[in-house]
Amino acid sequence: MPIILDHVSYIYGQDTEMSVKALKDINLVLPDGQFIGIIGHTGSGKSTLVQHLNGLIRATEGHIYYNGEDIYEKDYNMKELRSKVGLVFQYPEHQLFETDVFSDVCFGPKNLGLDKKETQLRAYDALRKVGLPDECFYQSPFDLSGGQKRRVAIAGVLAMKPQVLVLDEPTAGLDPKGRKEILDQIAGLQKETGMTIILVSHSMEDVAEYVDRIIVMNRGEVMYDGIPAEVFRNYRELEAVGLAAPQVTYIMHKLRERGMDVNADATTIGEAAEEIVKAIGRQSRVSTPGWGGNP
Amino acid sequence: MLRDITLGQYYQTESVIHRLDPRTKLVGTIVFIISLFVFDNIWGYLCAALFLAVVIKISHVPFKFMVKGMKAILFLLILTVGFNLFLTPGEPLVVIWKLTITKEGAKSAALLAVRLIFLIIGSSVMTLTTTPNNLTDGMEKLMRPLKVFRLPVHEVAMIMSIALRFIPILLEETDKIMKAQIARGADFESGNLIKKAKAMVPLLVPLFISAFRRANDLAMAMEARCYRGGEGRTKMKPLVYKKRDVMAYLVLLVYLAGGILIGRILL
Repeated sequence: MPIILDHVSYIYGQDTEMSVKALKDINLVLPDGQFIGIIGHTGSGKSTLVQHLNGLIRATEGHIYYNGEDIYEKDYNMKELRSKVGLVFQYPEHQLFETDVFSDVCFGPKNLGLDKKETQLRAYDALRKVGLPDECFYQSPFDLSGGQKRRVAIAGVLAMKPQVLVLDEPTAGLDPKGRKEILDQIAGLQKETGMTIILVSHSMEDVAEYVDRIIVMNRGEVMYDGIPAEVFRNYRELEAVGLAAPQVTYIMHKLRERGMDVNADATTIGEAAEEIVKAIGRQSRVSTPGWGGNP
Repeated sequence: MLRDITLGQYYQTESVIHRLDPRTKLVGTIVFIISLFVFDNIWGYLCAALFLAVVIKISHVPFKFMVKGMKAILFLLILTVGFNLFLTPGEPLVVIWKLTITKEGAKSAALLAVRLIFLIIGSSVMTLTTTPNNLTDGMEKLMRPLKVFRLPVHEVAMIMSIALRFIPILLEETDKIMKAQIARGADFESGNLIKKAKAMVPLLVPLFISAFRRANDLAMAMEARCYRGGEGRTKMKPLVYKKRDVMAYLVLLVYLAGGILIGRILL
C-alpha cells in the first residue's frame, strides 16, 4: 500500500508578509517495505514533508494518496490513516504524560478504540520490540534515561501497529552508543515486520548504513532520490548545500585519486574495508610497487 | 489553529510607528484609552476613529491582523452589549417577548461596544508594532520614578519581558505536543465538555513539564551570565527620544484637544 505524493506544495503563514514556501511541487512514490532515508539541512522542509504523510499538515496544493485513496477526500478517515502511518516526532520523549510507562504506551491503541486486553497486549509487544527492560514497565517515564524515554515514545507509536513508521530525527541528542542502538533496533524491526520505515535525519552517517533509498531535500525541493551509492556520488554537490557524504565516501574517492583501483561507491565502513582488501589483492597480483607487500 | 491568536503579538514590517520610541507608544496608547472614556458624544468618537484609522494606515500592519485579535474578546463583547441592551431601565424602544430594549440601553450598549473595540484595536496597534523587549524597556523607563516608593521596577519589567517571550514558545510547544498526540490517535475536538477536558491531560502534562524545564534552563543561563538584578545595570541601546517622538506627542495633544473641543463647538 504505497504512499503517493502528487505535486504537493505547502506554504507556511499564507497571506502574511512572512509566508515561506516550505515545499515546492513534491512528487514521490513511497512503496511498501522500503527503508527510506530523508536527508536535508535544517529548514529544508523534511519535517514538514513527513507531517503531510499522516495528514497533520494539509498541503496547500496537490494530493496525497495512501492505499490508492486521496487522503484529502471529504469523508476520508484520518484517524485510521494516523494509525496506519505512525509518526514519531523529534524529541518524542517530550510528549510522555502518564504516571507509568505502560499506561503511556497504551494511549495510542486505546485511542483506536481497542478493548483492554488487546491494548495491553499491543503495549507489551511494542515495549519488547524497542528493547525496554521489563523492570521499567511500571516506572514513571520521567525517571528513565534519555535513551529509554525515547524508546518508550517510539513504542507508543508502534503499539498502534502502523504499516508505515516515520521517525523524525530519532537519534537527535543521543550519544553515539544510544544512536547506534536505536538505529539497529529500527533496522531489526524493519526486517522482522517488513513495515515501511521512513527515517528523517541530517546525518548521512546515520542513514547510509541502514537505508535502501535516500531522498535528499533542499530548500523545499527533492534534490536527489536514489540508492545511497548513487546519491553519494554527488558528494561535491551535497557539500555545496551544507550536507556531507559519509566519511568513507571521502576516503574512497581520495584513494582513487591516489591511483588505487577501488570502487568508490562503498557507503559503509564494512563495504569499504572489503573493497580496499580486494583492491590490494588485485594490485599485489600485478605487483605494483608501493601497494604490494603484506596486505 | 493556535497561531490565530494575535493578541499581544508583534508584526514585523517597516513603518514610522514601528520606529517610534516605545515610551511614546505606551503614553499614546494610554492617552487614547483615556480619551475614549473622556469623549461623550458622536463627534469625539468620529475623531477617535479617524485617529485610529490613520495610525493603522501608517503602521503598515494589515487591518485583518487586528480584527483577528478581536476574536478573543468576541464573547466578552457580546455579553456586555447584551446586558446593557436589555437590562438598562428607561424609555422602552422595542419589546421582544419578556425582553425590553430601552433607548438608554441601546445608547449605552453602542457606546460600550465602540469603546471596547477601539480599546482592543488601539492597544493591539501598540503590541503589533513594538517588540516585547522594546515594550518592557519602555515600561521600565516610564515607571522609574516609582522606585521612590520601593517598587522593584526592573524586576517587574524583567518578569514581564520573560512572560511575553514565553508566549510564542509555549504556543509553538503546544502545537507540537498537540500534533504528536493527534498522531497517536488523540482527539481534541469531539465529545462533550467533560470528555474534552479529559482529552487535555495528554497535552497539559507535557506542556507544564516543558515550561518548567525551560524556566529552569533560562534561570541557569541568566545566572551563568552573572545576572543579579537591575542594580547598576546599563543598556546596550538606551532609549532616547528623537524628533519623530516629539512630533508624535504633538499629534497626540492635537488629537486629545480636538476630540474634546469638537463636541463643544458643534453641539
